Amino acid sequence: MKNYLKHWTFWKAVAALLLAIGAVATVVRFGLGLGAATNLNDQFPWGIWIGFDVLCGVGLAAGGFTIASIVYIFNIKRFEPIIRPTILTAFLGYLLVIVALMFDLGRPWAIWHAIIMWNPHSVMFEVAWCVMLYTTVLSLEFAPVILEKYNMTKTIKVLKRISIPVIILGVLLSTLHQSSLGTLYLIVPEKLYGLWYSPYLPVFFYFSAIAVGCAMVIFESFLSSRAFKRGLELPLLSQIGKVCVMMLSIYAAMKIVDLKDRNALNLLFIPRTETYLFWAEVTIGIIIPIAVLVQRRLRENRRWLFVSAAMVVIGFIMNRMNITVTGMEAASGTTYIPSFLEFGTTIGIVTFGFVAFYYIAKYFPVFTEEHHDEMHEAVTASQAWSKDIKKVSHAL
Amino acid sequence: MLKRKALLIDLTLCIGCGACQAACKETNNLPTEEEDKLSPTAYTALEEHGEIYVRRMCQHCEDPTCASVCPVGAFTKTAEGPVVYDVDKCIGCRYCMQACPFQVPRYDWSSRAPQIHKCNLCYARLKEGEQTACAEACPTGATKFGDREELLAEAWERIKAEPGKYVERVYGQHEVGGTSILYLSPVPFEQLGFKTNLQETALPQLTWNVLSKIPNIVTVGGVMLFGIWWITNRRDEVKQAELHEKIQQHNNGKLN
Repeated sequence: MKNYLKHWTFWKAVAALLLAIGAVATVVRFGLGLGAATNLNDQFPWGIWIGFDVLCGVGLAAGGFTIASIVYIFNIKRFEPIIRPTILTAFLGYLLVIVALMFDLGRPWAIWHAIIMWNPHSVMFEVAWCVMLYTTVLSLEFAPVILEKYNMTKTIKVLKRISIPVIILGVLLSTLHQSSLGTLYLIVPEKLYGLWYSPYLPVFFYFSAIAVGCAMVIFESFLSSRAFKRGLELPLLSQIGKVCVMMLSIYAAMKIVDLKDRNALNLLFIPRTETYLFWAEVTIGIIIPIAVLVQRRLRENRRWLFVSAAMVVIGFIMNRMNITVTGMEAASGTTYIPSFLEFGTTIGIVTFGFVAFYYIAKYFPVFTEEHHDEMHEAVTASQAWSKDIKKVSHAL
Repeated sequence: MLKRKALLIDLTLCIGCGACQAACKETNNLPTEEEDKLSPTAYTALEEHGEIYVRRMCQHCEDPTCASVCPVGAFTKTAEGPVVYDVDKCIGCRYCMQACPFQVPRYDWSSRAPQIHKCNLCYARLKEGEQTACAEACPTGATKFGDREELLAEAWERIKAEPGKYVERVYGQHEVGGTSILYLSPVPFEQLGFKTNLQETALPQLTWNVLSKIPNIVTVGGVMLFGIWWITNRRDEVKQAELHEKIQQHNNGKLN
């Protein structure tokens, strides 16, 4: 018990320190402007706030729509126990993406302009609307957890009635903007290095988002099982691992065909920085995880499953960073190394996400052993049904 | 029909005097000190490449990438030719800078209310029927103002009239779908820092190809997802109904 306490005091101290760094960065950013806080310049206008905070943030939150569609659209109810923490992760993820965007925008007070000043030809316009609407969808999907605590059954019933259209809307919005983050980069054919630029960027972004969404579900289930001293749904997570490896394989196959179609296979062997980074990215994020997760024995082993999920997450982050930073550097005519404050802000925001998750999960019914999810009585019905089956088969 | 205005910049005529920048700064009320690079206070700048001076500025694309990518439509390609920026719409996302194939837009990095800065082809003067300040100030005619079609024809006439004087290319005629700034050069353009790997079709088409599919994705996707839900849900309902029937039959059997 004492060790347990010590452990948490240590992590709380670390979190407090990281949040303090984030606070300093915030003061500099809004007090002195982007130039003082970042190493961005006219040749390199987008840095890690876009590359990591926004592009990785949205991708890592993709577990939300993946699991929601598995449970509610495909009606595979056995995944129900992990839906709440996943939706919470996604919801927090999107809120933090919006926070990060407020740091990066030069004129954040004007962010609402996208609502009334339309430019349907702009990918950014579409992403803005999707993120706005999907964050609303996530708030509706997560609301029952809050409402349950305060026994607001009437509101929960209303939410239950609209749940399927809301979830379908969420899946559509996610499909659109997860892919559109790739479409953002279609406009820079001569700036983004050939290993990453592809007319299929939107498709790559979509499949990698689903894969990393699955990996994040596995990853965070392990972390929460440790933090909250609760059991682990290992069989469920192995199955999520299976979906993950399917998505990774589709991605890998498409990537090979794409490189071949663009006559870019030779780029794989040119000795230059981009080549090494590309190989690092696919080895860590694609090749090893596929090799591990296709094997049932390893997929059902908690350590292997956790390690490969972590590798998918790291590989995904490397991919997005390569597209937004390293792959853009050669053509920009300049070098960009993020400033201490850019890192500080990012770390602060991520820490805030962890802390928020911890406290929400602590005080609200996020992890429910008996998942009495009123929003979907169908679950209880199907459980009753499986009990019935047992009864019947016993009786017969 | 209004004819789109343009500039023809003949690099063989430019003597590097800097009158264009001075006139530009005066017209736009910018600090007057000389600058050798584009900046928030220099909408045009002279680059020295040996004996040759190259004027850099916004190219005023026929189908501008900046106007296409801006989420709030802060850029407009006007009927007269200039691509103009409206700070009252701008949210400061810098996608225009990221996307511009010529790396032109400049940003107030040190400001808390940053704006984009770039040449506006003297839009206010154009509306009054005047030419741009830089063309008016140019002492050698290296920068010439006129209708785009006429200047393009003139550029090719100059190339044909003196074979060997120019490379056989008018930069800006085809680049990313054509621009309002046209260049003639005595040496290959790549030697002067011009981007020569640009495609001939306008860049906005690349993203529009995808964006225009969205209505279909939403309709087909929505119907598909609803269909899958209906089928899986129905399957559960049927199973449950069958089960209840079985249980009932079983209970009835017990009673009998």
